[in-house]
Amino acid sequence: MPDVTPQHPLALFGTDELLTDTERDIRDTVRRFADDRLRPHLAEWYEAGELPARELARELGDLGVLGMHLSGYGCAGTNAVSYGLACAELEAADSGLRSLVSVQGSLAMYAIHAYGSAEQKARWLPEMAAGRAIGCFGLTEPDFGSNPAGMRSTARRDGTDWILRGTKMWITNGSIADVAVVWARAEDGVRGFLVPAGTPGFTTREISRKLSLRASVTAELVLDDVRLPAEAMLPGARGLRGPLGCLDEARFGIVFGATGAARDCLETTLEYARTRLAFDRPIGGFQLTQAKLADMTLELGKAVLLAVHLGRRKDAGTLRPEQVSLGKLNNVREALAIARECRTILAASGITLEYPPLRHANNLESVLTYEGTSEVHALVIGQALTGLPAFR
Amino acid sequence: MKIVVLVKQVPDSGAERTLKSDDFTVDRGSASNVINEMDEYAIEEALRIKEAQGGEVTILTVGPDGATESIRKALSMGPDAAVHVVDGAIAGSDAVQTSAVLAAALGTLEWDLVLCGAEATDGRVQVIPHMLAERLGVPALTGARKLTIDGDSRTIERQTDEGYEVVRADGKAVVSVWDTINEPRYPSFKGIMAAKKKPVTTLSLADLGLAPDTVGLANAYSAVVSAAPRPARQAGTRVTDEGEGGVQLVEFLAVEKFV
Repeated sequence: MPDVTPQHPLALFGTDELLTDTERDIRDTVRRFADDRLRPHLAEWYEAGELPARELARELGDLGVLGMHLSGYGCAGTNAVSYGLACAELEAADSGLRSLVSVQGSLAMYAIHAYGSAEQKARWLPEMAAGRAIGCFGLTEPDFGSNPAGMRSTARRDGTDWILRGTKMWITNGSIADVAVVWARAEDGVRGFLVPAGTPGFTTREISRKLSLRASVTAELVLDDVRLPAEAMLPGARGLRGPLGCLDEARFGIVFGATGAARDCLETTLEYARTRLAFDRPIGGFQLTQAKLADMTLELGKAVLLAVHLGRRKDAGTLRPEQVSLGKLNNVREALAIARECRTILAASGITLEYPPLRHANNLESVLTYEGTSEVHALVIGQALTGLPAFR
Repeated sequence: MKIVVLVKQVPDSGAERTLKSDDFTVDRGSASNVINEMDEYAIEEALRIKEAQGGEVTILTVGPDGATESIRKALSMGPDAAVHVVDGAIAGSDAVQTSAVLAAALGTLEWDLVLCGAEATDGRVQVIPHMLAERLGVPALTGARKLTIDGDSRTIERQTDEGYEVVRADGKAVVSVWDTINEPRYPSFKGIMAAKKKPVTTLSLADLGLAPDTVGLANAYSAVVSAAPRPARQAGTRVTDEGEGGVQLVEFLAVEKFV
């Protein structure tokens, strides 16, 4: 038998050649940061259900990760593909860390960058880019997830002030945020507001006992007649198009991010399959294992090709929301399937935090649901194909 | 202060490294090539000096065309410019010849301080800083775990097996550093994007006024006459303690010169 050097699944596809030097350098920097600063602690954070988010935000800010694809205000101003690659490296560590960055950059900072006043941008964006201030994004409510149009939170005028009332649920970074971007129904449609932590009537409650995204902070936001000045409103957003525009940004990061989680699972499993013996042979030498490895490699490679393709479209300004749905539906679904399949190859070892696949699989259950459930993305694609909306 | 940092591209020490079978030079084609790890500490030290007291940091690399990748990565950490000496005739040069090329290249630059790693992970010869300082006629402050700049004086703590020595020199100097001196920064994304726009000057031997027959493998002062891969790891010796296990362990440690 010829002596063949094992190849990395993505080397088989040659996906590196689709990237520029700068994109590879950015990716390699985030990978090194994740190896040095994140990976050694992941199992501990996950088991404890705690994340030193403030400290990490500073370090991520120094690298330039936070709001990296935005321009000005201390943001790095990279292209979309670079942002995607950074998300993939963070999610290769843990979806919780990618979530921290997605919410900060694509939801909170993007909302302020796209819809904020000059004063709001100058007040918040440089601090958030540096990681000195953390943001969260309050759209989902306890009874309204896929259908944000039904939201019950209200914003009512009192003189020139606004009075916000309502509850927001499943809010990443919610209880550690310095500023919450909160969406509420006003007389003229849904409006966005910047609610600083500590505003009277604004409280948060961290959600504990999670079985997924344990290395991530998730909270409920309660707005009990919170009085805000007129200038707290985001002037550039009216109607649901505002928050939905932010979600398109964050979903784009997930299209890449999910490939990182899948890659980490597959790398771990390939190493294990080459060295773990059963019946006196490496289990990677058995045909059933090889079929699993080949199928997973195909799906990973296809997911990365799709992500880079969508990234190029985003950079060219031609990416449509239904195309982001294609990417999010496929890549998260396949990443979850890969994580679970990898766990079967790791067998009993795969149920511990010693190996990442089950941790990734548990995380991806959340990723499958948030930023548009896989069902909603299927319906978006269905509508694009038939012209018939199935969810209205 | 104008600082020049010597940066060498080396095969990744974490990957499989091989020597060519005909002339025993490093097979750069088969390895993934990276910045010599110790040089990153020299870059970091230079950037800290610049941040504290202003000035300029220039990268100086002698190496093949492919070294541009390491130069770009070095620049992404924050230096201002780079000089790349590239000439086919240099391939296979030993430390004596390389120090001559570096000295000639430094002759084209304005500088107050040269910083470099104390060794490269490929050759591990450790003499370039000394040879270079000799050629430049300036003091060599080598093996630093700490560097203090105070006006015109440069003081290092030279790391030794037993502790450290304090060594001081005034004016221009060559300082080599170990990885105990600092913690190199990650390149920031802004730095990565700016790196491609920074000036990189390419110089040939002719630009430096050096004759091709003074450098290269054929004219080297030292030659590798043979090389063999490290033998495969032997099975360890098992000591069964029958009352004198401790004595046997001490004897083993003494024979292997651990104690």
